Amino acid sequence: MTPSTLQTLPQGIEYVRILPEIVLSAFGIVIMLLDPLVDQRRSSRMLGTIALIGSLAAIAASQYQTQCPPGTAFWDMVRVDAFSIFFHIVVTTVTAVVILTSFEYMDVQQLHAGEYYALVLFGAVGMCLMSSAVELVLIFIALEISSISTYILAGYRRRVAISSESSVKYFLLGSFATAFFLYGVALMFGATGSTSIAKIGETLNAGPVPLLAYVAIALMFVGLGFKVAAAPFHIWTPDVYEGAPAPIVGFMSTAPKAAVFAVLLRVLFEAHAPGRLWLIWVVAALSMTLGNIGALVQDNIKRLLAYSSIAHAGYLLVAFAALPSSGIPAAMFYTAAYAAMNVGCFAVISHFASAGERRVTLEDYAGLGRRSPILAATLTLFLLSLIGIPITGGFFAKFYVFSAALQADLVGLTVIGVLNSAVGAYYYLRVIVMMYMREPREETPVAPIPFGLGAALAISGFATLYLGLLPGRVLEYARSAAALLR
Amino acid sequence: MPQNYVPIFLFIALIGVLLPVTLLAAKLVRPDNPSKAKLMPYECGIDPIDSARGRYTVRYYIVAILFVVFDVETIFLFPWAVKFKALGAFGLLEMLIFLLILVVGYIWIWKKGALEWV
Repeated sequence: MTPSTLQTLPQGIEYVRILPEIVLSAFGIVIMLLDPLVDQRRSSRMLGTIALIGSLAAIAASQYQTQCPPGTAFWDMVRVDAFSIFFHIVVTTVTAVVILTSFEYMDVQQLHAGEYYALVLFGAVGMCLMSSAVELVLIFIALEISSISTYILAGYRRRVAISSESSVKYFLLGSFATAFFLYGVALMFGATGSTSIAKIGETLNAGPVPLLAYVAIALMFVGLGFKVAAAPFHIWTPDVYEGAPAPIVGFMSTAPKAAVFAVLLRVLFEAHAPGRLWLIWVVAALSMTLGNIGALVQDNIKRLLAYSSIAHAGYLLVAFAALPSSGIPAAMFYTAAYAAMNVGCFAVISHFASAGERRVTLEDYAGLGRRSPILAATLTLFLLSLIGIPITGGFFAKFYVFSAALQADLVGLTVIGVLNSAVGAYYYLRVIVMMYMREPREETPVAPIPFGLGAALAISGFATLYLGLLPGRVLEYARSAAALLR
Repeated sequence: MPQNYVPIFLFIALIGVLLPVTLLAAKLVRPDNPSKAKLMPYECGIDPIDSARGRYTVRYYIVAILFVVFDVETIFLFPWAVKFKALGAFGLLEMLIFLLILVVGYIWIWKKGALEWV
């Protein structure tokens, strides 16, 4: 920042461009302040409600941003356009659904609610900021805001050893990966003399690409690849997802991923990153294959979905190897569809898990179709969507990604992807078979679905079906947003 | 510009040669007569009372973390204070918001009992 730019102070409109972040932070701070002051027994529901209002206000703020002209704010650090608003809405909606899911979860697990809701909101601040940041240092800060919140949230069941283990593993590996990202940023600054994505794009587009820029992109990709659990950097995923509280797994497998994919889209396409194709090709193929093969042998549903999320990161990355005109909208559509179905899946899991998260193995799901038809039916819907069966969002997500890949003549990668989808169908169907065709191990009725969880399931189920039946509107929006990116 | 790295490589090579040579020479030349007092860790001349690997209460850890938070606060305050005039009312407002957030954190720490010893 040079002294001359400092003389122009931020205008009112610039604050509107970080309005969702301001709203989320304010509500998070209010929760932190109220948490020690109000009575602990009554605080859980109250703080949860405040967090829910906060996330709804943030959705409204993102909606309001669509009314304002797109543009940059705070000395070209933040840019709000259709692209960032898309991710703002995905992140804030996921946040609202996760908070709805957590109402019951916090009571059943007897967890203290205060910091939990605040951290979810603070995490969402980082994710929103990530999707609108166009400056690598700000991206790094946003990445850290979101990561540190999720590190703590992963260990929130602190009396359970496995949860602490998950938190420590996530923290150590996550910090290590962030260091890679930061090193990449430093080298990129060395190669191009700027940390602004637009300026980096200009420099790399104009002249011969320095060798340093290739190294920088590779290092940044390692850091970001870790956050989205892409294949050579995916080892942490099953252990962390197994130990973390179920609603939080739903949160951190969707919202931060969507935000980091937004960063990747900006870094790879807007900055004209060199050597993008091969990097993506290898990582996508590895993620899909290792994720799906790993998932085949899992007995714990959270581990199964962890491997499935690795595979889905792979499918998503296929779109990154395609041409920008079709690849970016496909990737955006995929993040939205994946967020809807995965957060729904984990809402069901967190309800069914009961106190102490006892019921998380596949055997526990035996006969769920008879014990709780509604729960089984919704989980089936989400699993079918994860397979990619038509009329669900997952189908069109995969369809757009693979057709984008074919348009770019990536036949090899598409074949690997389609074969992997077939492999993936096996383990998702295994859960469905368990639920409907096995005798239940215990006959005790499943706890009735409370209102908050019902609303969470309704929202994610509706979103999954909406994206599957009427994908046109979202895809058109993504197309118009992608056009702005180049 | 790989030729710019030539001095660095020269240094690395020099270290690779010089280090073993000096160590070996010292080993051959010096008298070798260790005693307990000689092998003691040097701590500003004070005799060490205890092993450095002793156990101490985990509360120090919390205090250290809290210290870091407010230490970092000063790091932000210094450049702002230096550029106070240039930043003007905007800078003041931003800094007040920053301090407000920290104060909320402070209240939270206090009320949660993190500052109580035991």
